[in-house]
Amino acid sequence: MNKIGERLYNGLIKENPTFVLALGMCPTLAVTTSAMNGLGMGLTTTAVLVLSNLIISILRKVIPNRVRIPAFIVIVASFVTMVQLLLQAYLPSLNDALGVYIPLIVVNCIILGRAESYAYHNKPIASFFDGLGMGLGFSVALTLIGALREILGVGTVFGYKITPDSYVPINIFVLAPGAFFVLAFVTAIMNAVKSSMEKRGKNVSKFGTGCTDDCSKCGKKGCEHRFYDSEASAENPNRKKADEAKKDNANGKEDK
Amino acid sequence: MADMSSVKGLLILLVGSSLVSNVVLSQFLGLCPFLGVSKKIKTAAGMGAAVIFVITLASAVAGVVYKFILVPLNITYLQTIVFILVIAALVQFVEMFLKKAMPSLYKALGVYLPLITTNCAVLGVALTNVQKNYGIGTGILNGFATALGFTIAIVILAGLREKMEYNNVPKPFKGMPTVLLTAGLMAIAFCGFSGLL
Repeated sequence: MNKIGERLYNGLIKENPTFVLALGMCPTLAVTTSAMNGLGMGLTTTAVLVLSNLIISILRKVIPNRVRIPAFIVIVASFVTMVQLLLQAYLPSLNDALGVYIPLIVVNCIILGRAESYAYHNKPIASFFDGLGMGLGFSVALTLIGALREILGVGTVFGYKITPDSYVPINIFVLAPGAFFVLAFVTAIMNAVKSSMEKRGKNVSKFGTGCTDDCSKCGKKGCEHRFYDSEASAENPNRKKADEAKKDNANGKEDK
Repeated sequence: MADMSSVKGLLILLVGSSLVSNVVLSQFLGLCPFLGVSKKIKTAAGMGAAVIFVITLASAVAGVVYKFILVPLNITYLQTIVFILVIAALVQFVEMFLKKAMPSLYKALGVYLPLITTNCAVLGVALTNVQKNYGIGTGILNGFATALGFTIAIVILAGLREKMEYNNVPKPFKGMPTVLLTAGLMAIAFCGFSGLL
């Protein structure tokens, strides 16, 4: 029971995929034109994440290490297709609003990242709640960003007008440039939080860099390193072995 | 969409996909390499070239697979799974082929190729081609134009980042936030292209 709570807290706050790990930025920017779209995308991703984490965890002893990435992709893609068909059938308006970003959940690095760093090394129930925590953390982040953009850009939240009539909406915030501006300020706030935590002597190694480092040089760790759950690795000698094998291969290309 | 068979229609598609609805700045696809490999103009251009190469090839292969395998077998609902596997295999294959046959080109593009597999722009283009009912030829052109747009955007961003590397910005805004603000300003500029069509 304690483990479940810990996993949920981990995903929602401690390792929030958007605010702390800075993963999955494409959908974060693209679909947060309104709070509703953000919530819809977040919950859709949560559904896929929970189910894929569960199945990958159940199959973790069956999937060989060498072909695990393609196996993960097939599992994730199957769930994405199922969720997409369900949305088309029952929530067509949400499906239209999110468009091509639903099938693109397949390449959302949060999902593959959790499969790789947690579900592949942990028991099904813990993985299930890890997915749930991460998914909810993602949903909360997307809803917050969506609400912020909706307030600034249209003056409403979930379609309800909350700003006084004298407020003139800044239309650009619901357009593409607004997404970049909002995310820039969110990241700046997280940087400030990070440096103040550093001053108080707290561990900030979990904070993602948001990929401003040169990607071409992070074959060994870098991006994949950020998926890394230090706790999971301590529990799992397998993880270390896999990691060492990866280090031998300078670019880690055999995974792809 | 305009009549695709005419030259004018194709030109409109080319401008529309590369500038007006720019893949990074208005559709937010391929954001990770856009932010991650844009520190220097040289690497940015290399990445752009690799993306043009892979996306054009991937939209051709995905188009063929869709038309001659998925549609006849009536399993178009499997498109997401099939496309992602086809793209991953294609990138791997291209990498092996270049390594053997064209070592000089491999040297130039090689480091970027593995990064492209998980680039959502590749899958995004393949899915958009299907969604908009483009034929194979139009799909290839759309893929090329989209990738061209990516290259234009990433090279411009790299140029701007080289210029402002030593600028004095407030500490929390160092790194990613400044890059995002720059990208936002670029996105405003690219909004201006919508008047072209």
